[in-house]
Amino acid sequence: MAELQLKSARFRAEREAEWRRLESLLAKGQAGAGRLRPDELLEMPLLYRQALSSLSVARSISLDRGLVQYLESLCARAYFFVYGPRTRALERLTRFFARDWPQAVRSLWRETLAGGLIGAVAGASAYVLVRQDPDWFYGLVPGALASGRDPAASTAFLRQTLYGGGHGAHQGLDLLATFLFTHNAQLALFAFALGFALCLPTAGLLAYNGATLGAFVALFAARGLGFQAVGWLMIHGVTELFAVTLAGSAGLSVGWAVCFPGERSRLDAAVQAGRRGALVMIGVVVMLFAAALLEGFARQLVQADLGRYAIAAASGLAWAAYFYWPRRSRPA
Amino acid sequence: MRSPIAALRAPRSTPAPTGPRPFVTPEGVDLRLAAAAYADRLSAFVLDALIIVGVLIGFTILAFVAAWGFRNVTIGADGAFIIWLLGAFLLRNGYFIAFEVGPHAATPGKRLVGLRVIARDGGRLTADAVVARNVMRELEIFLPASFLLARGQGVDAGLIGLGGVVWSGVFVLFPLFNRDRLRLGDVAAGTMVVKAPKVTLPPELVAERAVDDLVFSEAQVDAYGIKELQVLEQVLRRGDRRTMADVARRIRVKIAWDGPTDIPDRSFLSAYYAALRARLEARALFGHRRQDKFDRP
Repeated sequence: MAELQLKSARFRAEREAEWRRLESLLAKGQAGAGRLRPDELLEMPLLYRQALSSLSVARSISLDRGLVQYLESLCARAYFFVYGPRTRALERLTRFFARDWPQAVRSLWRETLAGGLIGAVAGASAYVLVRQDPDWFYGLVPGALASGRDPAASTAFLRQTLYGGGHGAHQGLDLLATFLFTHNAQLALFAFALGFALCLPTAGLLAYNGATLGAFVALFAARGLGFQAVGWLMIHGVTELFAVTLAGSAGLSVGWAVCFPGERSRLDAAVQAGRRGALVMIGVVVMLFAAALLEGFARQLVQADLGRYAIAAASGLAWAAYFYWPRRSRPA
Repeated sequence: MRSPIAALRAPRSTPAPTGPRPFVTPEGVDLRLAAAAYADRLSAFVLDALIIVGVLIGFTILAFVAAWGFRNVTIGADGAFIIWLLGAFLLRNGYFIAFEVGPHAATPGKRLVGLRVIARDGGRLTADAVVARNVMRELEIFLPASFLLARGQGVDAGLIGLGGVVWSGVFVLFPLFNRDRLRLGDVAAGTMVVKAPKVTLPPELVAERAVDDLVFSEAQVDAYGIKELQVLEQVLRRGDRRTMADVARRIRVKIAWDGPTDIPDRSFLSAYYAALRARLEARALFGHRRQDKFDRP
């Protein structure tokens, strides 16, 4: 027989069963690794290495392109399966909240400080500007956000926004919470993504956020409602501002890494900072969710100023302790 | 230790090769993964966008039906709105992440086109990397899109719209200006999108020889090289009758075929294919891979 003289055809006839077996196991495993029996799981790496060696042999002895392409595709699929992520979702989640997220946040402390400072300075200057000339308010706060709360409004109206359902009585609290969450989360994601453009847009966004806040406080302070307004803002604002600052700091760290990569190549530095930033961002979205719950529910339900301040202080302490409380960096 | 990305990068002095990137497994075998073509990436994204919009519309209908059904209950309409708001947010941000973290490392659109996401350094594709590459999409597409959709009149709105177009133009075309077709998110996350088609094992062509007694002389099997062999393989696998007739005629002329003339084209071609492959593989074993017919022995 002529085909038996052809080494590549003989090689294929001998190995084909193994490849088929690997293919069927892969199909099963990709539908969910839990479906593979233990002995099948043990078989997988062996089959994978055999397929790899088949690929090497086929490349050197076989001129059958269909065969080589098949093996390349098979090996690639098996490679991604064998070396794919192996942790379970729950395990990953616990590790994220117990270690990865606080660690990432701690390692960004410089950027967090800088971001907080930018926001604070912008807020303070906006406060001073609006106190001196209320017209500044219109330049700093877009009309849609103010929704009538501007220097032309009456003191009674302003007081009512602090204690009534400020955003319109027909809207339910849960709806408000959802809307605020999606809006803020989107803003935070922008703040992070914009960091790539050499920090400046992120810094701008943080400053803008701070300025809006400063202008609001100034507006209320001018009517002797400063103390109450701060309570109204800070009940959720502690969590929310912290989250936005963290998002900004993650963005700043990426931009900084691009500007000053140090010993690494610019690309490597960006990749490292980008991944750490992404880790922080997952958590930021969780924080914003908590903030929206506070804003949508707690603020409407707790009407006493001191109660609002107490919640604000408690949430601030809780976040600070969670992120910065000294702990062993890595379990032995 | 050299950084993994540096290991992937070809030395600066050599011209950038087109085609597959070297991608070496820990076992030392190069998988030769090819970066996904720009057109493929684009069509995958359009598919995904269509799916998202479709699901959102479905969600909206569902939400309205639910609100209508529960209109006596106080939370009815608001509840449906919450579903919609949260659904839109989750889909916009979570769709890509959830699918790319999964076992296929690809969204449904990418899977349909035959692509997958890998870590550029060949390591595991971590959730952080997937999140980073997808959050960047905000900046590349959704931010300018929201500028475009923002309501406004006059010159300002026009300028903002124009800015949005220029901005997203830069990012959308960004992949065309690097070898690995990296989008900005890929650069930031250290990922890359590669072709990962599912190839089925085609039948062995040498086994199907119907006519065993065709014998080719040494000069006749020396007429072609590997490139022609693989073209012939393609012709045989496709099995188009007219192409086979055409190719068989050309080969008969080229090798000055003087054997029996009454054999069908397919049998002739597969017999010649087997003979040519045997010859070329035997020579390859002795160290000479003859690339094409111009590559004289």
